[in-house]
Amino acid sequence: MGELITGAEALMKCLVAESVDRVFGYPGGSIMPVYDKLYNYENEILHVLTRHEQGAVHAAQGYARATGKTGVVIATSGPGAMNLVTGIADAKIDSTPLVIITGQVGTGVLGTDAFQETDMIDVANPISKWGIQLRSAEEIPDVISRAFFIANSGRPGPVVIDFPKNVQTEIMEWTDYKTCSYIRTYNHRPEINEYSISKAAALINSAERPLILAGHGVTIAGAERLLGELAEKADIPVAVTLLGLSVMPSKHPLFKGMLGMHGNIAPNIATNRADVIIAIGMRFDDRVVCRVKDYAPNAQIVHIDIDASEIGRIVPTQLPINADAKDALEALLPLVNNANHKEWLDLFSKLEKIEDQKVHSRQLNRRSSESMGMGEVVDAVAGAVNDDAILVTDVGQNQMFAAKYFRFSSPRSMISSGGLGTMGFGIPAAIGAKMGCPDRIVCLFTGDGGFQMTVQELGTIMEYNVKVKIIILNNNFLGNVRQWQELFFNSRFSQTKLLNPDFIKLAEAYGIKGEDVGTREELQAAVQRMIRHDGSYILNVNIDEKDMIFPMIPLEAAVDEILLDKEERLDVLHL
Amino acid sequence: MIMEKKDSKKQRFTVTVFSENAVGILNQISIVYTRRCINIESISASRTSIPGVYKTTIMCYSERCVMQKVVAQLEKIIYVVKAFLYTDDEIVHQEVALYKVPTEKLLEEKHLEEIIRTHNARILDITPEYTIIEKTGHNDETVALFEELKRYDIRQFVRSGRVCVTKDPIEHVTAFLAKRDALK
Repeated sequence: MGELITGAEALMKCLVAESVDRVFGYPGGSIMPVYDKLYNYENEILHVLTRHEQGAVHAAQGYARATGKTGVVIATSGPGAMNLVTGIADAKIDSTPLVIITGQVGTGVLGTDAFQETDMIDVANPISKWGIQLRSAEEIPDVISRAFFIANSGRPGPVVIDFPKNVQTEIMEWTDYKTCSYIRTYNHRPEINEYSISKAAALINSAERPLILAGHGVTIAGAERLLGELAEKADIPVAVTLLGLSVMPSKHPLFKGMLGMHGNIAPNIATNRADVIIAIGMRFDDRVVCRVKDYAPNAQIVHIDIDASEIGRIVPTQLPINADAKDALEALLPLVNNANHKEWLDLFSKLEKIEDQKVHSRQLNRRSSESMGMGEVVDAVAGAVNDDAILVTDVGQNQMFAAKYFRFSSPRSMISSGGLGTMGFGIPAAIGAKMGCPDRIVCLFTGDGGFQMTVQELGTIMEYNVKVKIIILNNNFLGNVRQWQELFFNSRFSQTKLLNPDFIKLAEAYGIKGEDVGTREELQAAVQRMIRHDGSYILNVNIDEKDMIFPMIPLEAAVDEILLDKEERLDVLHL
Repeated sequence: MIMEKKDSKKQRFTVTVFSENAVGILNQISIVYTRRCINIESISASRTSIPGVYKTTIMCYSERCVMQKVVAQLEKIIYVVKAFLYTDDEIVHQEVALYKVPTEKLLEEKHLEEIIRTHNARILDITPEYTIIEKTGHNDETVALFEELKRYDIRQFVRSGRVCVTKDPIEHVTAFLAKRDALK
């Protein structure tokens, strides 16, 4: 006969068996038996007490994205669970593996509007990969093993386990724990279809203007090396999505930048000139595709994605390959011929020069009378970390500038809220990333708006001495909305100006070192002090409120209808 | 209103979803429809001949390109085995309708026997107050009988959701599960 333990302790044993050594959470009434058992497991499982449940879930996301491991979150019922909702939706759309354990009122009072009762599973239903309410302690090992399997296989996502209080205290017999690797209705790794692979290889081999679009799926599959090999062997330029940044080193000659609304000129223009597009682990998000009907008119599209429902969802695909990126690239590589696409690549160089002249130099070499732009700050930080740090961003202009001007050397170095665009993601995600990768420098770029959405997590940074470098690109505005108001709403700045507190005094209150950077002359030295400082650091950089992120493809425009600044449009016909 | 709403651009589709019998599965299925604002015209669910597998049959009006995406989303639900999209010509389908009519009025009808015969309906129960008539058939057939019985002051009328079986000789779900179980 096995050991007799409570449901709460069974959960602890399951977490240990799943090699979970860190959880993010916040206690409360309906989850107290779990926290009571956690007290006995302090040596095995470190609990990170955030200052708000939203902070816990974003921190778990940052941790999962930086490490590839499943992030674990614990919260109480009702308000605790509801505060997780934004993070769960964010993790779903950005394919982030999370196991979320929420307390629940006892099964005897379920459905009575008991104190702090909400129907968490149904709330989370459309925004989670899987959800289940535990009804007896004996089912805990089976449910938890399924949860970890589902969360971090196939297209990863958040799984919600609702844990009623009486089940937490119910006695069960612990025998052993088996990790799950099979659910008959869930095909986590589709088989490679050799015929499709050979057709894809034939298409690639016959292409004159091939283009690879790489997304987050390449990172999730751990296929960065194979992606590089394919690109090099067949001499194919690689463009990435926002979450695909860092799948290839920024300095790689075949790396051609980011796609989409604020992406680089070359990959966007090239999309509509390419004859074969190989999309790998990306989902043709509307911010990437822009006007669908004028997207990639000359290309045959090979779409490799592990999620069958993404194939053909936005853009019609000539050759669907429903597979893990790594499996598909492994099968594809031997069939692809060595090639040379010099003429095609020359177009990229030409377009890169235009972007350098028209956009980057304006941004990076602003007149000394002008106040600082976001691009030069990001560039300075990237230089100070030798292009090798983990970049975490909040959402808005700070995110786009960071994506454009930061540089990457190793994979899993870009953590941002892509699909959901969650302001307030930055601080907690940076905490999670640093906890997951303590030996790497973690730089967070945030705006003054997003910083204040989860500013309470400075308390978490203080308590756990999390050595993150926070750069507030402070324009005292909700900059991205301001930009749209200026461009498309006749400069009617409705509710976008912010009266901000003294962020450095605030940092000081939390024992975090920081400094204001008011002028360009102070910037380099301040960045150096921040990077050299052994601890967390906040740079509050005074940014020109009129600074805008370009290039930009306005809403409803096609990927080759690009604004270079407020007035100038890229002349595609004369390229 | 018993006639279904029709929109010229839209076509009638039947989706069958094979799933485990898990709590909440119906909600997971229906939110795929509600997210795209597709009204479910009828729905029915039951056991199948395969142990543990349940079949939900959903009828709606939509466009093929939309429904293909709906089916792809349905198959993504963890406990869904498979989902299929059909137009009426690909399936044999049936509904059951029940009609409750005052017996007194019915007895005045000289052609009652003829009505029952031509509509291939059955009488399930007769009391001095009411008579229950049952009709199985296609939607238009159950509606036709409704129209005919209208003059006898129908007290209650109810129609089940559509159930269907495929005309396809291959049993895809059985084959799929056999393949999956081999991987176990």
